[in-house]
Amino acid sequence: MKIAVLIKQTFDTEAKIVVKEGKVDPSGVNVIINPYDEFAIEEALRIKEKVGGEVVVFSAGSDKVTESLRKALAMGADRAVRVELDGVAVDEGVVAEALAKAVGEGNFDLVLTGWLAIDDRSAQVGVRVAEILNLSQINMVTQLELADGKLTGSREIEGGMEVVEVPLPALITAQRGLNEPRYPSMKGIMQAKKKELKVVNASDLNISAQPKVEVKDVFLPKAKEAGKIYKDDMADAVSALVKALREEAKVI
Amino acid sequence: MAKVWVILEAQDQKIKKVSYEMIGLAKQLGDVEAVLLGSGVSSLAQEAGEYGVSKVFVADCAELKDYTTAKYTRVLADLIQKKKPEIVLVANTSQGRDFAPRVAQRIGAGQISDVMDYQEGQFIRPVYSGKAFFKVSPCACPAIVTVRPNVFPAAEKCGGSCLVEEVAASFSADDLKAIVKEVVKQVSSRPELTEANIIVSGGRGMKGPENFAILEEMADVLGAAVGASRAAVDSGWRHHSFQVGQTGKTVSPSLYIACGISGAIQHLAGMGSSKVIVAINKDPEANIFKVADYGIVGDLFEVVPMLTAEFKKLLS
Repeated sequence: MKIAVLIKQTFDTEAKIVVKEGKVDPSGVNVIINPYDEFAIEEALRIKEKVGGEVVVFSAGSDKVTESLRKALAMGADRAVRVELDGVAVDEGVVAEALAKAVGEGNFDLVLTGWLAIDDRSAQVGVRVAEILNLSQINMVTQLELADGKLTGSREIEGGMEVVEVPLPALITAQRGLNEPRYPSMKGIMQAKKKELKVVNASDLNISAQPKVEVKDVFLPKAKEAGKIYKDDMADAVSALVKALREEAKVI
Repeated sequence: MAKVWVILEAQDQKIKKVSYEMIGLAKQLGDVEAVLLGSGVSSLAQEAGEYGVSKVFVADCAELKDYTTAKYTRVLADLIQKKKPEIVLVANTSQGRDFAPRVAQRIGAGQISDVMDYQEGQFIRPVYSGKAFFKVSPCACPAIVTVRPNVFPAAEKCGGSCLVEEVAASFSADDLKAIVKEVVKQVSSRPELTEANIIVSGGRGMKGPENFAILEEMADVLGAAVGASRAAVDSGWRHHSFQVGQTGKTVSPSLYIACGISGAIQHLAGMGSSKVIVAINKDPEANIFKVADYGIVGDLFEVVPMLTAEFKKLLS
């Protein structure tokens, strides 16, 4: 089984967002592997441990992304590919084409990725890659089984759960609940240093897509006015709150 | 005027609320037409006419009874390429967010995801867990825009009728490869979290699964849904499908009542766009009070039953 995992490096969830010259300022921010992509890595490793094969991680970005690819290798992936997008104007479609072209040459049976990246929250790249590579997809999967060349995935829908079966090759996007990602072991970290990490330049991939959407501005939410906080006498607090909800906020 | 499409979402032979919210937004953008896919849904098409939609394209066939990505993508991509709308609105639901990027990629379109506002020709969407917002414009046509439920006001009924155009759907073998094996619906008398007008939510401070009964009681008085924080879900007190937050559901009710929830950034990411936030927590320093419009510092086991009684008096 050849498995590709697409990962993105994102800001740490707790990172403070600073806007500078109309852009989010990345300086001094801790970076992590997008948490949903970690579920994808873990699932790939578990499948490999069961049926054998190879796990290759891909990420698009500058040299800074190397850190996250090394972590994925330390978790147990066999090799990594970084797609250098330096100087390329991107949107989700462009990134998807770059990743799809890098993955496409590898004859993968399965592509795994997170359903959404916690930074720009577009939730598009994985699905777009599936379309470009003509793969069946199951999106936002919380449980996955592989048998007889078919994947069965459970995914949450509004008010319930849906179980979908697709043949391989396929692309799965991971949702929380799929697994608990492992931490890299000391041995894994040592081994990762020797594993192959290839760099592919966007210019060699003949990307045809152009950005179709443009971020015009970034702004921070207005600081919220301090709320009305009631304390001490609970009976008074409760009646004051209910009155405020009805007469002031008009929500009940 | 721009031709704007709304991809209606229906469930159990009913057009979902988010569809009317999209029609409301579409009216600000241009002339509104709609698309409805499913099996036995033709009779619903006329309903959209009463809300100001001039035409509804309906693909009604047995193959579309179960939603799958490939089938919806086939019908919608073909139709968009033929009729050339400039903007296509899709609900940001488990279904919409599944097919929208696939349709976008097939027709070579850009997509703006999870839009929660529209100002001066730009779509506004949250990024970094709602700690910042992007103003985004499409620079090519058509553009697909996915719309967060419960944020835009629903279109008002304005009478009138619409043209209904039937669309023939044909599928290749590839389109039929995915099979829906099972759909499990949770039987609940309460509204679905992402559509609920009011949500009562519990966190670590609930101390155990049995104590959610007091939240359920309040929810039933208010006609509300019951949510949970990650702490409550990780403790095994509530199922993950009730989790509100970064790794759970994103909700935007009119009223969100957070009980015993500290207000970690991951939780705020999921409920920060609620219109009014109420916090009940015994820790006056809890982060949730920073975003709360109203709060009570006190023991939730004392406050919640009192609140429920007060709501009951008011609403009976």
